[in-house]
Amino acid sequence: MIDVKDLHFTYPTGLEALKGINLTVNDGEFLAVMGQNGAGKTTLVKHFNGLLKPTKGEVLVDGVSTRDVSVAKLARNVGFVFQNPDHQLFSETVEDEIAFALKNFGFEEAVIEKQVDWALNLLDLTQYRKTSPFMLSGGERKRVALASILAWDPQVIILDEPTIGQDYQQKEKLRQFILQLNAQKKTVIVVTHDVEFVAECNPRVILMSQGKILAEGIAKEILTNQKLVAQASIVPPQITQIFLELADLGLPTDVIDVPEATEILLERLRERS
Amino acid sequence: MSVFEGFKFRKVSSVVHNLDPRVKFFYVCVLFVMAILFSKLLALVVLFFIPLPFVFMARVKRQWLRSLRGAAFLAVFIFATNFIFGYFYPASFQEITGSVDTLMEYLVLLERAAAMTLRFVVLIASFSVFFLTTSPDHLGLALQQSHIPYEFCFAFTTAVRFVPVLADEAQTIMDAQKARGLELERGNFIKRVRNYIPILIPLIVNAIRRSLELAEAMESRAWGASKNRTNLYTLKLKRADYILVLVSVLMIIIAVYVWLYVSIPSLTTLLSL
Amino acid sequence: MAVIETRDLTYTYPGATKPSIKDVSITINKGDFVILTGPSGCGKTTLCRCFNGLIPHFYNGTLEGEIVVAGLNVADHQIHQLARHVGLVFQNPENQLFALSVEKDVAFGLENFAMPRDEMRKRVDWALQMAGISELSERPPHELSGGQQQRVAIASVLAMQPDIMVLDEPTSFLDPVGAEKIFEVINELNKKLGITIILVEHRLDLAAKYANHVIVMDEGKVVLSGTPREIFTSEEARLIGVGIPKATRLYQQLKQNGIDLKTVPVTTEETANLLREALKHD
Repeated sequence: MIDVKDLHFTYPTGLEALKGINLTVNDGEFLAVMGQNGAGKTTLVKHFNGLLKPTKGEVLVDGVSTRDVSVAKLARNVGFVFQNPDHQLFSETVEDEIAFALKNFGFEEAVIEKQVDWALNLLDLTQYRKTSPFMLSGGERKRVALASILAWDPQVIILDEPTIGQDYQQKEKLRQFILQLNAQKKTVIVVTHDVEFVAECNPRVILMSQGKILAEGIAKEILTNQKLVAQASIVPPQITQIFLELADLGLPTDVIDVPEATEILLERLRERS
Repeated sequence: MSVFEGFKFRKVSSVVHNLDPRVKFFYVCVLFVMAILFSKLLALVVLFFIPLPFVFMARVKRQWLRSLRGAAFLAVFIFATNFIFGYFYPASFQEITGSVDTLMEYLVLLERAAAMTLRFVVLIASFSVFFLTTSPDHLGLALQQSHIPYEFCFAFTTAVRFVPVLADEAQTIMDAQKARGLELERGNFIKRVRNYIPILIPLIVNAIRRSLELAEAMESRAWGASKNRTNLYTLKLKRADYILVLVSVLMIIIAVYVWLYVSIPSLTTLLSL
Repeated sequence: MAVIETRDLTYTYPGATKPSIKDVSITINKGDFVILTGPSGCGKTTLCRCFNGLIPHFYNGTLEGEIVVAGLNVADHQIHQLARHVGLVFQNPENQLFALSVEKDVAFGLENFAMPRDEMRKRVDWALQMAGISELSERPPHELSGGQQQRVAIASVLAMQPDIMVLDEPTSFLDPVGAEKIFEVINELNKKLGITIILVEHRLDLAAKYANHVIVMDEGKVVLSGTPREIFTSEEARLIGVGIPKATRLYQQLKQNGIDLKTVPVTTEETANLLREALKHD
């Protein structure tokens, strides 16, 4: 469980990135952190594995303050998948890349082997076991980076803008993968500005703007609130936009996906006839 | 490191900042030559005070002092080596006969070591003022107008442009690897060096990728279309520049005259009178 | 009038075992706003690089077939010659800006053309204005946001006054608000200045409303080409995995359930209007 208490953070350059965040993330939750670029989303989640320490306030991971623990120790339970896989790939083979963190954490040889096999299988990378990660395509490198984080089976997984540069099918696969992780009782935190992606998952959302939490709730409530959305400078999902335009016809405004939209419209149209 | 602050350009509107970099460079070279010419402490003290009016005019006093502080470590080293060398090989000193015995002779030795140290400090101080008051842009332009091939000027300004980008990237890579359990602070010397491999490899690979992308962009914007490129900006010499050139020429003339005809007393000799 | 024409264009990167694009034959007319889309690895980026000569001149490799851009045969002309007619804006904003100030970057191409200083100054100011970034002219690129940087990149290409502008996923790194701003600028260039636009994009829901022509590629081949409406309702597009805008999906779902909205909507406004009609007229 992650507990954030009155978190303030100012960068050494003087930029005040977080201005008093209060938040609780429970085990097994699926949370989307949303907001414009520069709202403080990545700054916030970097506190969860200790990469950043609070300037004021506290962040408690499983009851322990992040100030008192090293990043390496926190990383054992909190896996962080960075936006750009090229910021972490360095090994000669995919196998070595996945084993890297396991070696750092001091796992035994036998365990490392087992976990590497498991991670390769999980992300469909077994045929690339002995390939150099630099030889792979962009999408494949992203999977290697993800596999290398999942390899040590952390309880919490943070994904920073995982949908950037991904095509539709890749996003679909990712969405299903995240839901699978969540079904296995993992806590998944996704930092994203991709509203359509969030609309399809309908997780708990915290909406950030200028270093503060504007609102939190289910995606359905947050993304359809015109005032909030305007304040946070984000664009609501296309379906929501359509229904907001038709609000004067008495249609519900908290619709975010196509199936629900279809249902409501069919009902309305059948009512009339 | 704060010593680098003493050489990083600061954007301020001052007479010194607006001087043509080629003229400023000529002036610094004159100071350089003068510092090499004279080995008497008194002369070097005079030379030390010459850049001061520029420092105040340019309002870069604090940063300039940082460069001096950074030089302090090396300065001590230079002082010590000169003193020790002089002690064991006094033949280079005309005032010392045989070995260093009397107080007088010690003072001569001290003065010589101090002079050599001050020479080093004068050089650092002058170059510091130059870099503090000259933007990399202007510097690149000066190189171009001094008929250095455009490829080199471009390489210079592009490198400067990417320094902050690379610094940020290095930080991101360190964060990404720390989040996989890499501990940079732990271990003996050899282990620590090895720990930097997961940082260096992504940095280098990304730098190469970046160069490729830059090359593509350059080609796409007609790099190499004409033998003689034109330039949006141009450096024009103004009155202040001509004045500085005049001052520099006068300085070198006076310096050469003094060096040839005036025998500068050593401080020790003056004190003993 | 055709401004780009390719015939059986096939290209293999040096050292690759199979071609990245195969038998591509397309025609793009002057003033078109084309969206080029398809799953990752389908060859869109490769095709873009053929438009301005990076392929074959920068990448070498084997180029077969024919490609004529703005009347010039690409294989026979240097990249800098083609640069007078075709501009290319890349995905990563940071790696296309090399100068220490915005206006110097915008002037870069013009300096390469050895344009006289006064003319250059006018062009630079004009390009900055068209891209909506006049107030950023003296700022260093490192201080700008991703969206601002991309607008500088667009201004730099625009300053060279090309007839055609190719943009390879220019909004990948931007948030939706930043992306919309970029599309608006590109649209202005297309509608006001008549510049032919080829935009490689995944986010069709945001970009579709500006386009009059969509080309879908898959595994190196062009599989679909037509108007946005045609493409978005095609079953093949859905199977390939093209990100059909939700508005169009809604239309399809309703149609499957017996409700025909008559026209295929591509944008929010269109859908809302059609639904309003449908709900009133019953």
